[in-house]
Amino acid sequence: MNALPPAKGQVIGHSVTRLEDGPLVRGQGRFAADVNFPRQIFMRVVRAQIAHGHLIAINTEAARALPGVIAVWTHADVASIPPIPFRATRLQGLEPYCQPILAAGRVRYAGEPVAVVFAENPYLAEDAADLVLAEIEELPVLLDARLPPAEFAPGTSTEPAIVRKQFGDVDAAFATAFDVVALDLSVGRHSGVPLECRGAIARYDAAHDVLELHGTAKKQHWNRDEIARLLGLRPHGVHLFEGHVGGGFGVRGELYPEDLLVCLAALRLGRPVKWIEDRREHMVATNHSREQHHSLRAAIDAQGRLLAIDAVFHHDQGAYVRTHGARVADLTAAMLPGPYRLHAYRVAGHFRLTNKTPAATYRAPGRFESTFVRERLMDAIAARIGVDPIELRRRNLLASADMPHARQLDALGTDVVLDSGDYAGLLDKSLARFGWDALQAELRARRAAGELVGAGIGFFVEKSGLGPSDGVRISVDRTGAVELVSGAASVGQGVETVLAQICAETLTVDYRAIRVVRGRTDRIEFGNGAHASRVTVMSGSATHLAALEIRAMALATAAPLLQAQPDELTLARGHVVRIAAPETDLMSLAEVAAHMGPGSPLMIGRTPGLTAERWFYSDHMTYPYGVHLAVVRIDRGTGEIRVERYLVANDIGRAVNPMLVEGQIAGGVAQGLGGALFEEFRYDEAGQPLSTTFADYLIPTLAEMPALDVLVAEDAPSPLNPLGVKGAGEGGINGVGAAIASAVDDALRKPGAITTLPILPRQVHAMLPR
Amino acid sequence: MKPPDFTYHAPETLEQALSLLASLDNARLLAGGQSLMPMLTMRFAFPDHVIDLNRVAGLAGITQTGDTLRIGAMTRQRDLLDHPFVQQKIPLLAQALALIGHRQTRNRGTIGGSLCHLDPAAELVSVMTALGATIEIAGPNGPRDVAMADFPLGYMTPSLAPDELVTAVHLPVPPPGHGASFLEFSRRHGDFAIVSAAVMLTRHSSGHLADAVITLGGVGPVPLRLAKAEALLAGQTPTPDLFTQAACLAREIDAMEDAQIPAWYRRRLAESLTRRALTAAHQSLPGAA
Amino acid sequence: MTQHHSITLHLNGTAHAVSVEPRHTLVDVIREGCGATGTHTGCEHGVCGSCTVLLDGEPIRACLMFAIQADGRQIRTVEGLAHGTILHRLQQAFIDHHALQCGYCTPGFLMLAAGLLEADPNISDDALQDGLSANLCRCTGYVNILRAVRAVAAELRA
Ligand code: FES
Ligand code: FES
Repeated sequence: MNALPPAKGQVIGHSVTRLEDGPLVRGQGRFAADVNFPRQIFMRVVRAQIAHGHLIAINTEAARALPGVIAVWTHADVASIPPIPFRATRLQGLEPYCQPILAAGRVRYAGEPVAVVFAENPYLAEDAADLVLAEIEELPVLLDARLPPAEFAPGTSTEPAIVRKQFGDVDAAFATAFDVVALDLSVGRHSGVPLECRGAIARYDAAHDVLELHGTAKKQHWNRDEIARLLGLRPHGVHLFEGHVGGGFGVRGELYPEDLLVCLAALRLGRPVKWIEDRREHMVATNHSREQHHSLRAAIDAQGRLLAIDAVFHHDQGAYVRTHGARVADLTAAMLPGPYRLHAYRVAGHFRLTNKTPAATYRAPGRFESTFVRERLMDAIAARIGVDPIELRRRNLLASADMPHARQLDALGTDVVLDSGDYAGLLDKSLARFGWDALQAELRARRAAGELVGAGIGFFVEKSGLGPSDGVRISVDRTGAVELVSGAASVGQGVETVLAQICAETLTVDYRAIRVVRGRTDRIEFGNGAHASRVTVMSGSATHLAALEIRAMALATAAPLLQAQPDELTLARGHVVRIAAPETDLMSLAEVAAHMGPGSPLMIGRTPGLTAERWFYSDHMTYPYGVHLAVVRIDRGTGEIRVERYLVANDIGRAVNPMLVEGQIAGGVAQGLGGALFEEFRYDEAGQPLSTTFADYLIPTLAEMPALDVLVAEDAPSPLNPLGVKGAGEGGINGVGAAIASAVDDALRKPGAITTLPILPRQVHAMLPR
Repeated sequence: MKPPDFTYHAPETLEQALSLLASLDNARLLAGGQSLMPMLTMRFAFPDHVIDLNRVAGLAGITQTGDTLRIGAMTRQRDLLDHPFVQQKIPLLAQALALIGHRQTRNRGTIGGSLCHLDPAAELVSVMTALGATIEIAGPNGPRDVAMADFPLGYMTPSLAPDELVTAVHLPVPPPGHGASFLEFSRRHGDFAIVSAAVMLTRHSSGHLADAVITLGGVGPVPLRLAKAEALLAGQTPTPDLFTQAACLAREIDAMEDAQIPAWYRRRLAESLTRRALTAAHQSLPGAA
Repeated sequence: MTQHHSITLHLNGTAHAVSVEPRHTLVDVIREGCGATGTHTGCEHGVCGSCTVLLDGEPIRACLMFAIQADGRQIRTVEGLAHGTILHRLQQAFIDHHALQCGYCTPGFLMLAAGLLEADPNISDDALQDGLSANLCRCTGYVNILRAVRAVAAELRA
């Protein structure tokens, strides 16, 4: 493995301000809606108003007759385009459940695209869409994944697959257990809901035979390849551009029907086509997530140590299988054991379709859910055998000596091997930082004075840095300007800054002078995008490798010119210097680059340019971990839950920029708070969505935020990459549901009271002692 | 989410506004727009004509004469909230106004607009009922007045003919030395209340309660006076037990029910908020501990 | 038949003569008619505050007003905060305190904060928190937004 840079370098490990911020605070960002092209037209999607039914007819005449309307399409117009595919999954047989880009004969959720209208402006497009009438013969709706599967289409069931994983002898463990603890738990349907809705702007440049798609995010290269395949184009003739992205959180940047529709329209109609999702569409069209119902049993010994877990869950996928396949169910099954020693485990995840908006990943997919479930279980075991919940966890945590720990499970197609960690150590640190013991005394006093207050804990293990590979190309031009081109994407996390910091560390240049290019398929041939907290690990490591190569090239080029050996030289302040006389700048990177240009006598017969592309490969993920601690107060009169204090302790191996890590965690906590207490996509009994505005889908505001403390730990660097980093994107949200449920139980003085998320005031009110 | 097409009218006098209202079919009045605009962008409303009241002279403004306050219908919520007389003399109104939406919406939202929209959970609807306001209405046959208590005919249905509009609200200034509290419960800060309680108390020099007004918002289609509790309180010595007893009567009210909020929970909220508002109003009486 | 009206919006001190339909919202005309795309929309129904601009100095939600109603009025947007290369102190504070991630909510928060602080440079911390809870941010958890605005408020008080 290549040299590990120092833990805190010149730039790495520092909370420097972001490269991204300048244009964003000036209002000069380029978000999807800000992209405009001359002669563009606007697309509007007509969506099913019925949750399930046969599509009998679609009357488009009135819409077509409206002046300014250019075209109206239904499925018949796009029947040649295959449905949206999914990325790798080990499960077989999901193909029949993929979503057609316009409903084909049957609608399966309220909000499903049934037609599209193209018009001269967005107001007109909406007028015309209102005139399209879909005649639908209603069918019975299936809205609960726990109910027996029904027919999806003739010959296929609404249960395409069951995700099964197992290790150890579960039955034997239950047969000899001291006791068995059983629970039924549910997590509600909520999702990423970024503040910017989706958008897609396509144009076909006939002069160069290139189809451009703007407004993309997250997975540009995969999306480009699929768009090209589905539309029958060559990938080199399709370019995807990522501008600014107003939040991703898993949902943005997947390939959706609308992306293909704008591309197809740009090709067919010969004008740029712009589609901007509105908020009410977003709430029914963009991926939902999280909804799962869990039943689990744990076999324990007399000390409350886990012997085995036998888990069943029902995953409510919604109406179609989208790009992630069964990824969330897979991750739930794989990550459920978390940080605890477990001898035997069996899980069956029923992956089921319902008549709701399709679901997929949302920040910490499968972990927010499984942490809630597992930590509820740990609290229940503690209550059963009568020990303190913290002590119970200590008895079960894997020890540092157990690391690396192979789980005998796979997730996302790789074996789960917990790479490093000092779980008990972080628990101690968190409790000390939170003042846990003093807090208990304070809570007792407040309870004695009549308050309903409690504290809770959630311990989590995350996963990050999904492989298999990522590449970065760095080049230095003859002015000394450094450009870094990455196949990564940015959804607002600060990717540019982090990569620039890593690059600057090795090249000893000012990180602010590095231009970072990402999210563009025309600038780099391959890329894996930004998801699953992978960018810092994968692209960060690739950046480090590429920067090391640039450094080596620069020194090798400079050495003969300076009559030195390369190993007598190093870089400082962006210059080649002698190790023996580091204060004297000998040759700038600009000069080195000039010597390496085409036509330079040094480069005859060689590929010119101070340019290096390096790839980082990883076949295992890294596993960050952490602790969430919460204090809540319940209002006796209303059942309202106020989270008063909150701590997230998160070991991410190495923080390239602690300020950005803390920012990620704080944002995650707010979203977790939403899922724990406020946010839910609700449906009525006919499958009509009830949470379609920001007045119904309750995103927390500043007023709902607790006093938050963040402890970023670097005790367990990952041995799997040269930087020692693990991802920091998801630890902030992972344990929130678990910790708040635990704290509400404690405040109610009723262990096990909370079994569902979100926890609603009226439910809590009904549990209050009278 | 783009509003449907309509014809726009911007009258500059009340007469022009009334004549437009009388002559146009399917017209909507646009006041502050904080309720109408979302209904238009969501295409819940399809007016052929929008009559913008924002340029009509004389509809905004606050004047105090004797012991009444006249608030022009187009007065912004923010301006009423910042009015020194309201801050000093009508604390119930000041408290309620501070709970309406957020700064940006109060800067546009008007008194008349909110009252005519008549959302059952709207703070202004409830507080104006509690304060015994009178609604001044103009129509083709001249002005008329309606007591706020009689203004709502039913769920979001004001007592207004299609050719009438609200021009002002008249408020009797509550007696000096009264106690007041406006409390509400909403899921998030700034959201529409699920239930609100408005309480005003006056006290005899003897220390007994003279008069109590308790108005609940959000429990039914229109604000509800908790008359039984008011009767229970009148003439009594205020004690925590008395307030608990009075609040308990909220358990008997006829409360609305919807998918999110069952009736029992609305009643419980009404009870808790009433008890707290009574306590707070009592504490705000001069000389109270 | 759709009417078109010629109006003038005074945006950040510059008069923009634009032709609008009455139904065009102020935020759409600021963005499309005046080309100032710094002001964003997150909901178009008056909840998220992304579209916050200052109308005659006071923060409002530009999705809850028709452009035609702003004819002749003074509007300030995020583009008007900086003086050339010199950032407004709120902009600088947002950078220094990492008060933005994706930056989508940022223009709305900046204009809201500017409106609150201009109206009351001595604003209490409670009033500041109350005021800032009007807008949604999905990325930051608000912690650093509050920090940044508090820092500016403290500078103003000093
Ligand atoms: S876009 Fe105006 S408040 Fe959300
Ligand atoms: S920074 Fe992304 S919404 Fe606030």
